[in-house]
Amino acid sequence: MEHIISVTVENKFGVLSRVAGLFSGRGFNIESLSVAPTLDPSMSQMTIVTSGDERIIEQIVKQLNKLIDVIKVVDLNETEFVSRETAIIKVHTKDADRAEALRIVDIFRANVIDSTPSTYTIEVSGDPKKIEAIINLLQPLGIKDLVRTGRVAVAREPVRPVAAQAKKVARD
Amino acid sequence: MKLTGAEIFIECLKREGVKTLFALPGGVVLKIFDTLHQQKDIEVILTRHEQGAGHMAEGYAKATGKAGVCLVTSGPGMTNVITALADAYMDSVPLVCFSGQVPTSLIGNDAFQEADNIGLSRPCTKYNFLVKDVNDLAATIKEAFYIATTGRPGPVLVDIPKDVSMAKAEFTYPNSVSIRGYNPTYEGNKWQIKQAAEAIMKAKKPILYVGGGVGFSGASQELLELAEMTQIPVDMTLMGLGVFPGEHPLSMGMLGMHGTYEANMAMHYSDLVIAVGARFDDRVTGKVSEFCPYAKVIHVDIDPTSIRKNINVDIPIVGDCKTVLRELNQILRATVNGEQKDLRKPWWDQIREWQQAHPLVYHQEQDGPIKPQQVVKRLYELTKDRDPIVSTDVGQHQMWAAQYFKLGKPNRWLTSGGLGTMGFGFPAAMGAQAAFRNRLVLCIAGDGSIQMNMQEMATAVVSKLPVKIIILNNGFHGMVRQWQDLFYEGRYASSNLGTTPDFVKLAEAYGAVGLRVKKVGDLDAILKEALATDKPVIVDVPTYPYENCYPMIPAGGCNHEMLLEDPPELKKKQVGSEKVTPEDKDTVLTA
Ligand SMILES: Cc1cc2nc3c(=O)[nH]c(=O)nc-3n(C[C@H](O)[C@H](O)[C@H](O)COP(=O)(O)OP(=O)(O)OC[C@H]3O[C@@H](n4cnc5c(N)ncnc54)[C@H](O)[C@@H]3O)c2cc1C
Ligand SMILES: Cc1ncc(C[n+]2csc(CCOP(=O)(O)OP(=O)(O)O)c2C)c(N)n1
Ligand SMILES: [Mg+2]
Repeated sequence: MEHIISVTVENKFGVLSRVAGLFSGRGFNIESLSVAPTLDPSMSQMTIVTSGDERIIEQIVKQLNKLIDVIKVVDLNETEFVSRETAIIKVHTKDADRAEALRIVDIFRANVIDSTPSTYTIEVSGDPKKIEAIINLLQPLGIKDLVRTGRVAVAREPVRPVAAQAKKVARD
Repeated sequence: MKLTGAEIFIECLKREGVKTLFALPGGVVLKIFDTLHQQKDIEVILTRHEQGAGHMAEGYAKATGKAGVCLVTSGPGMTNVITALADAYMDSVPLVCFSGQVPTSLIGNDAFQEADNIGLSRPCTKYNFLVKDVNDLAATIKEAFYIATTGRPGPVLVDIPKDVSMAKAEFTYPNSVSIRGYNPTYEGNKWQIKQAAEAIMKAKKPILYVGGGVGFSGASQELLELAEMTQIPVDMTLMGLGVFPGEHPLSMGMLGMHGTYEANMAMHYSDLVIAVGARFDDRVTGKVSEFCPYAKVIHVDIDPTSIRKNINVDIPIVGDCKTVLRELNQILRATVNGEQKDLRKPWWDQIREWQQAHPLVYHQEQDGPIKPQQVVKRLYELTKDRDPIVSTDVGQHQMWAAQYFKLGKPNRWLTSGGLGTMGFGFPAAMGAQAAFRNRLVLCIAGDGSIQMNMQEMATAVVSKLPVKIIILNNGFHGMVRQWQDLFYEGRYASSNLGTTPDFVKLAEAYGAVGLRVKKVGDLDAILKEALATDKPVIVDVPTYPYENCYPMIPAGGCNHEMLLEDPPELKKKQVGSEKVTPEDKDTVLTA
């Protein structure tokens, strides 16, 4: 099953490779990984989308916690959360297609962020389904370029890190 | 006053109580060596290969319980020490390895002898640091020792560029360390410990399964109290040997692939497995789906990732063995009464029956070829009063050492379990000898393994580390040959080592003492002679080449289905086969 894991790490050299190395070295899946600084510049926030059965997810969370540069790990699937992904899509548009492209942009509440005589560059945010949907609609027009950020997510309410929760689970 | 990076390095080591450094120089660390040369507090043992330095530091660490320290140069020095780092990582050995690096201005330029030390060591260290500024050096070294020795111990690498060792900074050594992402849990959850105590009180067929973690934690005393109070039998892992006295009536010896019959049967039929500082390695579980089918499992481990990694656990307790066992014992002391003894009588009857049915056996004929088990057994009997430290290499001889050398105390057993590194034994023994100059240190080696770090004999001679090496010389990669006999129809693909070198002459060439046991009748006399020598000694013991190690659970097999002796087709084959006989071997060796 797919899990979104939010990882707060030290904002220093080499941390990304430690996390990436953990996943590749142990054969865990990474569907997407995004990383950026937080309000506190000494820390970064990673959002990792991964998948596996319960045992594997438990190991992923524990192994992440074990990394010395990891400060906090939250498996967002344990709580309610909101997530978003952004895609930037460059479509080939000529003549009548341009109107069609704009109509699709409108329906998905996307934005045209650049335009040339033969292209529109469209920015869209949402959950993965929405992004898949707009891609499907734009495909017939001719997609020249597509980049996606991977998902970022946040819990709706403050949550305790997983280490503390694990103990609770064990007690039940 | 300002100190150079090299001076700061030495001041830090002194403050960490380091007395011995295993090292090999090179361009980028010359400043550090030059500074070391001008002081007397830290002894530098010059090894002949960086792998040797790493294993020596491991042996030092395992024997003392403190961090072992080694120093290597950039590039090839670093790549050479990787095997030892990986070994230490798998076996949780506290190690601090310092590597030289090209000057900071050249990093990333493919400079001479540059290697990405951080990248190379990342997957085989607990943590690693690149020190880019001499002002960070002292604090980094403090953190390195802290990380290596706390929680689940492990190797830590500190990479020091040449310019950092030469630059100057004000020296202050931090008193404490605080790393926000690193807070090992020592105290076990009280509620869970209570659950464990209740399960122990109720169990009819409990078994203690104890491992290396008990040794790291220094919890042998607490384990002894627990076992004696509750009369629960104790199975030890390969890494746990010595944490519980091997001769104790409650000891079942080693469990797992080459464990004793009773240790494995007791695991399989147990209704409560109490795992303490052991990590359910596949050499212990065998086929996971059929592992301990009737048991509830309690697992005490300081590393949460060890718990539920391989098998399901009913009562997980994250914490330090010593702290947790103390608390557990306290609860049990108040509750244990005579009833448990009655409750468990059938269990003990069953265990004694298993012990009698299939004890460890081998057949030594009076004037037949020397059996390897006989060598270990006699070595044990001749030395046990001297409380020796014993190292092994990897292979059949390692398993026989595990079966027949019954250790009484922790920190006496140096072996490579997780990585199974051939060539570990001799340098590890030297590291222990460097820590304890006056103790007896034995290395039980294989003829294959010993050749992987033979060069360190020069170090042993020059640095006066009088390790006693006993080579169980079967002319084979014996463990490989055993698998070929059992699973590859006896096709000996690249397992026959032949009869060279002459280990006696080799020892002599290095300035050490070489002895050979030619027949079983001479075994005691030669061993005694070796033990009485104050130099490094090799005792070459040509042994019966086709002896196989039993019991054996074939890989992926089930714990109660052990092979106890050669299958009939193998026995038949060995009689009259065209292979080298021990007599031929002896002729060649002595010729
Ligand atoms: C040829 C060969 C054959 C082998 N055959 C066998 C065999 O028959 N039987 C066998 O047992 N092994 C065998 N091994 C070794 C095997 O591969 C493993 O290395 C071994 O079983 C692991 O031992 P362990 O479980 O004690 O764990 P270790 O590797 O010693 O790990 C220690 C565990 O304790 C934990 N720990 C550390 N410090 C503490 C603390 N303070 N408090 C609490 N927990 C702590 C760690 O987190 C870890 O989980 C063999 C190896 C080789 C090379
Ligand atoms: C560095 C390394 N290479 C290969 C192996 C695989 N291996 C395991 S045991 C063994 C044979 C060891 O031979 P020897 O040291 O003579 O011991 P014996 O089994 O004969 O007692 C080999 C090749 C290993 N464990 N380590
Ligand atoms: Mg051999």
